[in-house]
Amino acid sequence: MTFPEKKTVQFFFEGKALTGYEDEPIAAALVANNVMVFRYTEKMKRARGFFCAVGKCSSCLMKVDDRPNVMVCMELLKSGMKVNRQVGRGKIGAASNK
Amino acid sequence: MLQAEIAIVGAGPAGLTAAIVAAKLGASLTLIDDNPVLGGQLIKQTHKFFGSKSHYCGIRGINIGQILTTELENLPVKKLLNASVIGYYENNLLAIYQPDRLLKLRAQKIIFATGASENTIAFPNNDLPGVYGAGAVQTLINVYGVRPGKRALMIGSGNIGLIVSYQMMQAGIDVAAVIDILPKIGGYHVHAAKLARLGVSIFTSYTIKEAIGKDWVEAALIVKVNKKYQPIPRTEKRLKVDIICLAVGLSPLNELLWQAGCEMVYIPELGGHVAQHNEDMATNKPDIFVSGDLSGIEEASTAMLEGKIAGASAYESLKGVTEESEKIKEQAKAELCMIRQGPFGEKAKCGKEKLSVATRWA
Repeated sequence: MTFPEKKTVQFFFEGKALTGYEDEPIAAALVANNVMVFRYTEKMKRARGFFCAVGKCSSCLMKVDDRPNVMVCMELLKSGMKVNRQVGRGKIGAASNK
Repeated sequence: MLQAEIAIVGAGPAGLTAAIVAAKLGASLTLIDDNPVLGGQLIKQTHKFFGSKSHYCGIRGINIGQILTTELENLPVKKLLNASVIGYYENNLLAIYQPDRLLKLRAQKIIFATGASENTIAFPNNDLPGVYGAGAVQTLINVYGVRPGKRALMIGSGNIGLIVSYQMMQAGIDVAAVIDILPKIGGYHVHAAKLARLGVSIFTSYTIKEAIGKDWVEAALIVKVNKKYQPIPRTEKRLKVDIICLAVGLSPLNELLWQAGCEMVYIPELGGHVAQHNEDMATNKPDIFVSGDLSGIEEASTAMLEGKIAGASAYESLKGVTEESEKIKEQAKAELCMIRQGPFGEKAKCGKEKLSVATRWA
């Protein structure tokens, strides 16, 4: 199997600099960097990670830059992105995410 | 407000062939998909397909996706990618969500080809990171070149379970075992044999008792079941794995059909609730057609044939029957019939027969 050439970019996970490929799903970059836990649930604080890969299960919701509830299995990685774990439901509204 | 004669929701094998047929017949269409590329699940299917020459046998799924995409490029089809259809409203209005905007599209006819999503099963700690749908692991290893772990347990020995297992072995992930609650292997013998040659054990009449781990999968406990599928005490085996893969069936992604008011019927052989439809892939709503896994879980080859039929039918309901459209439908129906004769076509054939067809509405 061959994989197409991709550009390496730097991004941040919980403040830590990691590398990934531009335009691969953020979730793929995280898994490649051995990040298993993407978020914790609202009530029981259960760890959640990658599950369906097709944007249907809500397991992979994370905060990307100032946007909460981003499906990182669908969202493509760009240079400089700040990816953070979400605890519970993300807060909607510009002011609460700066 | 966007307009289209025909809107096609989903650009997997069914949606792509529907678009190609309808465009060649002369309809103006918009093809919508929530992924950044066309092809649906074909893009991660690196294995070679079976079937006859006209069904692309011997060709890898990824290449079939490429062939269809290229064929589409030369046709006047409007494509909306990274676009998720989030609602169906009266008179064929579709609401389409893209990351930075909401679009509205009014179509005269709509072909839904949204495919299916993987099922999950209930067991303690089934929500731990490290538990994946088998398709998700396939996407990671075949499309992005990422190994999600070192050692896997595969639950399900249908074709998806078997194929993803040997693809994991090819990617350097050790498959500790494939288990199936049924007493026999579900998929084609050729795939099971490939796994046997790689030294992977397949345990039938086994199920998973629980996943073990704090914040991610560290081990799995599997247990043998009796003829009533009840766990047999003291037959537990603990497997040290960091991946638990679920290949336990697919269910049609049918929310939009419910919303559109299509008559829905529960048919287990087809994977769950499907819209009532006839051999022309028409539903009880005169402007709505279905095709592919959405209309019943089957294969990519049947999806491509159903897509052709839906494309021709939608065109006919708009512009009238032509010699060409008739020919396309007849040929595709004959090929479908042939594919469904085999032992693996039995289930879907049975399921499709359960649909009460044209006699229900004229």
